Amino acid sequence: MTKKEASPSKKSLLSDRVSKLSPSGIRKFFDLITSMDDVISLGVGEPDFVTPWSVREAAIYSLEKGVTMYSSNYGLIELRQEISNYMNDRFQVKYDPTQQILVTVGVSEGLDLAMRAIVDPGDEVIIPEPTYVSYIPCVTLAGGIPVTVPTNMENSFRVRPEDIETRITPKTKAILMGYPNNPTGSVMTHSDMVRISEIVEQYDLTMVSDEVYERLVYDGEHVCFASLPNMARRTIHLGGFSKSYAMTGWRVGYACSDPEIIEAMMKVHQYTTLCAPIQGQIAAIEAMRSADSAVADMVEEYDRRRHMIVYGLNQIGLDCVDPQGAFYAFPSIKKTGLSSEQFAERLLIEEKVAVVPGSAFGPSGEGHIRCCYAVSTEEIEEALERMGHFVNRAIHGE
Amino acid sequence: MSKVNKGILNILEQNAKATPMDIAHMVGMSEDEVRAAISHAEKERAIVKYKTLINWERAGVEEVLALVEIRVTPQRDVGFDSIAQRIARFPEVRSLSLVSGDFDLSVLLAGSSMKELASFVAQKLAALEEVRGTATHFLLKNYKQDGEIMDGEEPVKRLPISP
Repeated sequence: MTKKEASPSKKSLLSDRVSKLSPSGIRKFFDLITSMDDVISLGVGEPDFVTPWSVREAAIYSLEKGVTMYSSNYGLIELRQEISNYMNDRFQVKYDPTQQILVTVGVSEGLDLAMRAIVDPGDEVIIPEPTYVSYIPCVTLAGGIPVTVPTNMENSFRVRPEDIETRITPKTKAILMGYPNNPTGSVMTHSDMVRISEIVEQYDLTMVSDEVYERLVYDGEHVCFASLPNMARRTIHLGGFSKSYAMTGWRVGYACSDPEIIEAMMKVHQYTTLCAPIQGQIAAIEAMRSADSAVADMVEEYDRRRHMIVYGLNQIGLDCVDPQGAFYAFPSIKKTGLSSEQFAERLLIEEKVAVVPGSAFGPSGEGHIRCCYAVSTEEIEEALERMGHFVNRAIHGE
Repeated sequence: MSKVNKGILNILEQNAKATPMDIAHMVGMSEDEVRAAISHAEKERAIVKYKTLINWERAGVEEVLALVEIRVTPQRDVGFDSIAQRIARFPEVRSLSLVSGDFDLSVLLAGSSMKELASFVAQKLAALEEVRGTATHFLLKNYKQDGEIMDGEEPVKRLPISP
């Protein structure tokens, strides 16, 4: 069979749209890993810290008081007010908490809502690549057409404004990007972002900016896209609590944008999820009010691990540029002559270290692996040693 | 005092066994630079000593701790310093601070029995001329010390692979 078509005698149970989605490349080794002992996993995408105690305690207290009901579809007004204050204090962008902020079930939901709110069938959405695994499926599920822009190690995985511009067609509706980047750890420069904002203006586009890692920047400074001139109304700013406050399981994020867009996203949100879980929202309020020093401590610790892993990877022969943000290193494995999938699979079986093959993040991720350094320094050391043995064998043959 | 490297001190405060090489890789400095920064901090007494946090209960060794509140009469010119330094020299005194509130000095004593500490308070501390009164609280259980939960915490398992 060359082409997948529903046989005339038997209808497929699944929609065409979903059948065509490929499963996330990240989860591929999941079953294999869970059947093994002593695996050091650099394959995670979440902090190894637990949520700061003051935050957990606030959620426990709310349960004791019996706060177990729905919140407003937009989210608790106290939380929206905190988010509004935060965006103003940190980036000098003003959002009206009653009309311009929507609390979502993580950035994941925010992304889906954004796409469903702005994309019509056939609309094109430009996405820098390597890309976080859910960007392309979210565009596809909304009926849009993802148009990827490859980035490379030579340019520290920053997307070049001119590469975006050459891909713009009359069908282009939006640009969707996430910096600091998962999987590369790359951070955009201010001048490139300004240039991109001019392109957005010139071609009348919307920017969907996933800034969930904005607190985790080690070198340089994070540029909030909405803070650029004229960009607040053209940007759907997606933020969250998972990465900065170590709150992945609480599932709370937020979207900030123009009232019309937020209203549209809220409609989808209202009919699909109703509201974000209330305990998560209460925890998020406490996080914004009291956990800044905990975030600073975590950032400091990630930075130490970042130095360690980058030094170690280069040392064992896997060339790696300094990731400036998030908690991922994205070294090249080209010297080994293996594909990223072969590398990841053999490394797991032979040395019991789990990494994610770069190909999971799109074709331009090939030749790289994603190593998450949100693990203890001891584990980083041990993982680097095992990887060193493996790389040595792979390069010098066995 | 000239500037000390806070990042290096943070690492050593958590792990006194971290070697200059380990630290160099974590802060992105050379090993020699780290060595120089450490010896500078030692010279400035920003690093006072390298010690080990021991849970003596787990080690099977009996240890008695008492918190003593002391009210003292401050002295002309030196205030509390002179009496505080005098008390600090006793080996039974593990830590000593001047505090605000109803009493003046807060002293943590360590010894091998209640009797030993009780007689130390009566015969040595309370007998000092400047001491106007003491209140002794024996510690019943040590839950957290120097930022560490003494019984440790169960690690939480993450999924080995996640987005």
